[in-house]
Amino acid sequence: MAKEVKKLNLNFGPQHPAAHGVLRLILQLDGEVVEKADPHIGLLHRGTEKLIENKTYAQAVPYFDRLDYVAPMNQEHAFALAIEKILKINVPARAQYIRVIFCEIGRILSHILNVTTQAMDVGALTPTLWGFEERETLMGFYEKVSGSRLHANYFRAGGVHQDLPKGLDFEIAEFCENFPKIIDDLETLLTDNRIFKQRNVDIGIVSKQDALDYSFSGVMLRGSGVPWDLRKSQPYDCYEQVEFKIPVGKNGDCYDRYLCRIEEMRESVHIINQCLANLPKGPIKTNDGKISPPPKKEIKQSMEALIHHFKLFTEGYRVDEDEIYTAVEAPKGEFGVYLISDGSSKPYKCKIRAPGFSHLQAMDYLIKGHMLADVPAVLGSMDIVFGEVDR
Amino acid sequence: MENLESLEKAINSELTTKILSSNIKHDQINICIEDNNLIDVMIFLKTHLSTKFKQLIDITAVDYPERDKRFKMVYLLLSHEKNSRIKIEFDMQEGEIISSLTSIFPSANWMEREVFDMYGVEFKDHPDLRRILTDYGFKGHPLRKDFPLTGHNEVRYSEEDKKVIYEPVKLEQNYRNFDYESPWEGTRYIKEQAKK
Repeated sequence: MAKEVKKLNLNFGPQHPAAHGVLRLILQLDGEVVEKADPHIGLLHRGTEKLIENKTYAQAVPYFDRLDYVAPMNQEHAFALAIEKILKINVPARAQYIRVIFCEIGRILSHILNVTTQAMDVGALTPTLWGFEERETLMGFYEKVSGSRLHANYFRAGGVHQDLPKGLDFEIAEFCENFPKIIDDLETLLTDNRIFKQRNVDIGIVSKQDALDYSFSGVMLRGSGVPWDLRKSQPYDCYEQVEFKIPVGKNGDCYDRYLCRIEEMRESVHIINQCLANLPKGPIKTNDGKISPPPKKEIKQSMEALIHHFKLFTEGYRVDEDEIYTAVEAPKGEFGVYLISDGSSKPYKCKIRAPGFSHLQAMDYLIKGHMLADVPAVLGSMDIVFGEVDR
Repeated sequence: MENLESLEKAINSELTTKILSSNIKHDQINICIEDNNLIDVMIFLKTHLSTKFKQLIDITAVDYPERDKRFKMVYLLLSHEKNSRIKIEFDMQEGEIISSLTSIFPSANWMEREVFDMYGVEFKDHPDLRRILTDYGFKGHPLRKDFPLTGHNEVRYSEEDKKVIYEPVKLEQNYRNFDYESPWEGTRYIKEQAKK
């Protein structure tokens, strides 16, 4: 006689260490096999887009730090580029190089966090401890350049807020020299590790077609064998002038995505090295007084500078009526800003396209038929940060 | 970016009357269509050999409360083969129901849920049209221009009830939205008072 088996509904989260934030995942289980996953998101929804509509362009930048708070400057970059394209601002070469250096630092920050916490989700604790030490150094660079370890508010339309403090370029170069060794160390712990492979190989496979259909981008797309990177295909700032490779996966499983991230960190180090070697001298933001504030010294002497300063910090700069979609290759994928300006100093609309949103959407498709224990492994390899998913 | 002009021409010659207007701006093709042609246009752009816009990047709406057709729907697509982007848009009235793209792009599911949540636009044939980002039992559509920035309700933990309760928003001080755009002539409310 067949015994009737009751399906089990399980609440995963919203307070679960492996959920990487506040995710409520309602799982329908048949024994240990997941039949359906229904992610409930929005627990970290702050209404960023609504807030941006009510703030001037300069005041909107810090909101971008708080989206993907693991790699803040990459988000600011998309917003700065959008404004620059509308206003047709030429960004000085030095500013472009500095921005690329810090975007790549952001990429390393994000990938370290992801690789090591994914390892922790499947049972390895040491990589987290080793990796976070490096993140601390990198956040030190953030602090030195912007005054804050996480929410930098450093990129501006037309350049960056201030120049690199003296000696910082040597410190970053020193880090770049030592860091590949750390990646090797992490790899000795994970890449050939039997347990790590058992938990990740052939788990959460995404086919090429599905990766496209589900709007995947970044590592999620490259892991499935699509060689697509916005830094190469639609280059912005000085990415055209640096050389780097795009690691591409073969099988599209969690393990391939892990390998892609490891390789991307090496490429990022390579990019930073090139940028530091070729770092040009010169201004770090546009000298258009209608957009970037004048130096303090000038305010004391020039009436025009004083007026500019006053107008910029009360009204803010105005952006001509236009609409634009700009995207950057953030560590997690294509991060886009769809900006509509109406000629005033506040955006009429600012839609933020977060890569994690589309990735998390595919949770049901990815986890169907897997075991309950694979949920954290798949979730970890998707690189979800709720700041950007919930906005 | 591969020759956007020829791509725009190809799209125009294939879709002819379905396109109301088209242009190229900021390295991106923009086309305006009628709302009832949405599915046809999307299938064409996704499958046709000359376009291959295989990836849906985002769906969003824009609210223009003063317009007769209040919302503008915006669809962003990306073609990896042609390395180009396209934006499809159309105007729609409040309460109008538009077709869902979930059958063409599975990823449209959450994007349409977000538009429904934020703007109250409803989609026909959507498998699961629930709110997505706002709270359970939330009322209103936050990204509409007539929705107040502070919202309507706030939550707090009540010591008496021993649970989290909802209350209407109480502000110690009103949200200060200064009019900086014409500081020399005085703020807008002063101008209005002067008129009286």
